[in-house]
Amino acid sequence: MSLLHWAILAPFLMAILVPLFRKNAAAIHTGWFVLILPVLLFGTFLRYLPVTKENGSVTQTASWIPSLGINFTAYVDGLSLLFALLITGIGALVVFYSIYYLSKEKENLGHFYVYLLLFMGAMLGVVLSDNMIMLYMFWEFTSISSFLLIAYWYDRDRSRYGAMKSMLITVFGGLMMLGGFLVLSLMGNTFSIRELVSQAPALNEHPLFLLAMILVLLGAFTKSAQFPFYIWLPDAMEAPTPVSAYLHSATMVKAGIYLVARFSPIFAFSGYWFWIVGAVGLFTMVWASFNAVKQIDLKGILAFSTVSQLGLIMSLLGIGAASLHYDSLDDNMFTAAVIAAIFHLINHATFKGSLFMVVGIIDHETGTRDVRKLGGLMSIMPVTFTLSVIGAFSMAGLPPFNGFLSKEMFFLSMIQLMELNLFHIETWAVLFPVLAWIGSVFTFIYSMIIVFKVFTGKFQPEKLEKKPHEAPVGMLISPIILASLVVVFGLFPNLLSYSLIQPAAAAIVPSIIPAGEQLDVHISFWHGITAELLMTIGVVSVGILLYKFMPKWLRVYDYFPGKVTLNQFYNSGLYAAERGSNAITNAYMTGFIRSYLVYIFAFFIAVLGFTMWAKDAFRYDASTAAPIGLYEAVLIGTLLIATVTILMAKSRLTSIIALGAVGYTVSLFFVIFRAPDLALTQLVIETVSTALFLLCFYHLPKLSRHEEKRRFQAGNALIAIGVGVMVTLLGISAHSSKFFDSINEYYIENTYDKAGGENMVNVILVDFRGFDTLFEIAVLSVAALGIYGLIKLRLEKGGETNENE
Amino acid sequence: MKTNDVIFQTVAKVVFFMIIFFAVHLFFAGHYYPGGGFVGGLMTSGALVLLLLAFDLKTVRRSFPVDFKWLISLGLLFSTGTAAGSLIFNVPFFTHAYDYFQLPLFGKTSLHTAMLFDLGVYLVVIGVTMTIIQTIGESE
Repeated sequence: MSLLHWAILAPFLMAILVPLFRKNAAAIHTGWFVLILPVLLFGTFLRYLPVTKENGSVTQTASWIPSLGINFTAYVDGLSLLFALLITGIGALVVFYSIYYLSKEKENLGHFYVYLLLFMGAMLGVVLSDNMIMLYMFWEFTSISSFLLIAYWYDRDRSRYGAMKSMLITVFGGLMMLGGFLVLSLMGNTFSIRELVSQAPALNEHPLFLLAMILVLLGAFTKSAQFPFYIWLPDAMEAPTPVSAYLHSATMVKAGIYLVARFSPIFAFSGYWFWIVGAVGLFTMVWASFNAVKQIDLKGILAFSTVSQLGLIMSLLGIGAASLHYDSLDDNMFTAAVIAAIFHLINHATFKGSLFMVVGIIDHETGTRDVRKLGGLMSIMPVTFTLSVIGAFSMAGLPPFNGFLSKEMFFLSMIQLMELNLFHIETWAVLFPVLAWIGSVFTFIYSMIIVFKVFTGKFQPEKLEKKPHEAPVGMLISPIILASLVVVFGLFPNLLSYSLIQPAAAAIVPSIIPAGEQLDVHISFWHGITAELLMTIGVVSVGILLYKFMPKWLRVYDYFPGKVTLNQFYNSGLYAAERGSNAITNAYMTGFIRSYLVYIFAFFIAVLGFTMWAKDAFRYDASTAAPIGLYEAVLIGTLLIATVTILMAKSRLTSIIALGAVGYTVSLFFVIFRAPDLALTQLVIETVSTALFLLCFYHLPKLSRHEEKRRFQAGNALIAIGVGVMVTLLGISAHSSKFFDSINEYYIENTYDKAGGENMVNVILVDFRGFDTLFEIAVLSVAALGIYGLIKLRLEKGGETNENE
Repeated sequence: MKTNDVIFQTVAKVVFFMIIFFAVHLFFAGHYYPGGGFVGGLMTSGALVLLLLAFDLKTVRRSFPVDFKWLISLGLLFSTGTAAGSLIFNVPFFTHAYDYFQLPLFGKTSLHTAMLFDLGVYLVVIGVTMTIIQTIGESE
């Protein structure tokens, strides 16, 4: 375990401490304690900057399950460092903002910060893991923490709906991605991403290549809300605004981008990658920006805008893949697309983060986010107005903000596609810049809506729930920091060029960079009158016109049928799935345990019997069997008598006692066969379970079995005899056929030397097969809590109905 | 019908301690002789069940004001903690460590991290058994 590992685990450890702060220092907002951690982590990660700046990397490995190749390997290069800095940096600002946003009296801060810290740790794990299994684990943690945060106000229907939706979609993608990882590990025989990258050319030839790529991309597209999976993100806006700013715009939704970037060295040489990532990204960008315009909820606009911007970055990464097909760096124009993707990623985090916080302020101070009710707030909230102008103009791609620069680079990359003669793109190439331009026009329009619909126009105090006023200073600090970054990065983009952008871009396309060289990243404002500048001018002029005449063309949206939307598809699909599984379950779940036993045992007989017959597996070899002595004979006799007693008993009490007798006799067998541990355990188990039976005794109906019809009992008898025969045959065959050397020699040799114990059974339990024990006690715990929940829940419901009567 | 179980109750009080001591012995003997956390835990719950049968749920709850659900989580924490703790020392997950020490009173004793893991098992088993029995018993 190194510093890096502790940095990843620190948020999880901090999450354990949160309830303590909440309990012992309730007078102080819990956020202040939490704030310390991301700030410290940000500092820690900054120290890796000199290393990654030279395109270097740091790897730290802690063995987890080395025999399976699963290790906790933390890997820092330009790309992961950029993300780590975003996660901790934006994280610190968001925590600071949340201190003023969430009141310590009304809200359950303990939950909020625990979830937020879980997320922070999980996200750091995603971007810093080199091992795919670790990456997957942390990936699912981000889905779970996002679920919990969206459902933070769990008494609202919409919150629960949104949380469920995001969970179902992202976990579906996560599972697909796990499949992709497993396929990849089969292809390359390793779980390490770096090792896979080093054998990328060989992987390209592999027959499973396309399958692995599509599965991994499904994970990325669901997480990054690409078409058609984006529908969860607008509903995720039910989360508290600091969460939306953090998870659903700046960090978590970019995990998909990270995944695409991280796996680019493996997949990007393929033409499919170029087409899928580029086209899906671009289409998402246009579709979401088009849909953002019709939203009336400010956060809805921002949600669609986030989807659209993610699509933009995604398409840039797809197009950047073309750069791999050039031999020298000098005439390689598509590295610019990769650089633009990274630059826009940073810019988006700054301007969208500040915009979300601004919307949070508006919501907090006026009580609504509905654009139709808002208006004329400019003079009342001047600081908020300034911040939103900076954020929105940057998003629209206006100078002198950072969004202008990355938008220009985006246009440039799209135009350059027309010169590409790979992947049969010739006839389609012209569509790319056209679509990019159309998407940008809508981006411009919704950016203007955010500023002008809210802050200019008629002030309508009667429609607002609260009397609006400027936000407290504390709430303004975080968006001010982000907005000033927007301006600083806009004016001096080369602050980032070689410190963050170049190392990150180099990590995406490592194969084309000769050793010791770097990508040329020089971002400048003025290139002369170029095609991309003309495109921007076009965007602004057409955008202004369309904004002015918006009421005239908004009817366009009515032409889209409301019944065939993706949301409708999701809802009816979910409904049908629930109905279907209900119908299937109800068809065989009778509520009687004897029915379930019949299913289980009939299946057991069928499968075992078939296998034994098909494989001709039955063996009989009595040469190694011990003779049956007097003790065994007596015990078998007892066993038989007790069993028959259970069947014949008229009262249930007799059955229970006879069942106990069966158990005790079996434990005597263990004594004879010199297995004291087993005998002891069986004895105690038998005692405790008999006691348990006696407790349940009160609840059982009076011997209902005689009320059953005769027909059933014949079937049951058949099954019972079948199970007995099958188990006997199985036991005899297992004893008579030895295919492998027994493992017990290994235990005999190693129990004392390697584990320092003398009781082999116990050493196996706690050491050699400790994993089994660990999982067993985990299952036991789940079972106990399940029983507790079932019974307590039933009691409470019963209580309620009694009250109603 | 009111039953008089004075004899049962008196015997149970004494036997309870015998069983508990035997259970603790089983637990500690585990690594060298028959026993261990699992059977030790079961035996302890067996002793508690004996009290339950002799007296009733309320009396036992008053004598042992323990929320057994907490024992479950505590036990899981011990077990996973022991397993994960090995990572701190840069060895794979679940690597146990042991050594022999000369302790006063006990003489040569082996101290083993497996014991901590087993303690977790012990606690989980008590917690699980008692949670189930108490819940079912209470639902009458």
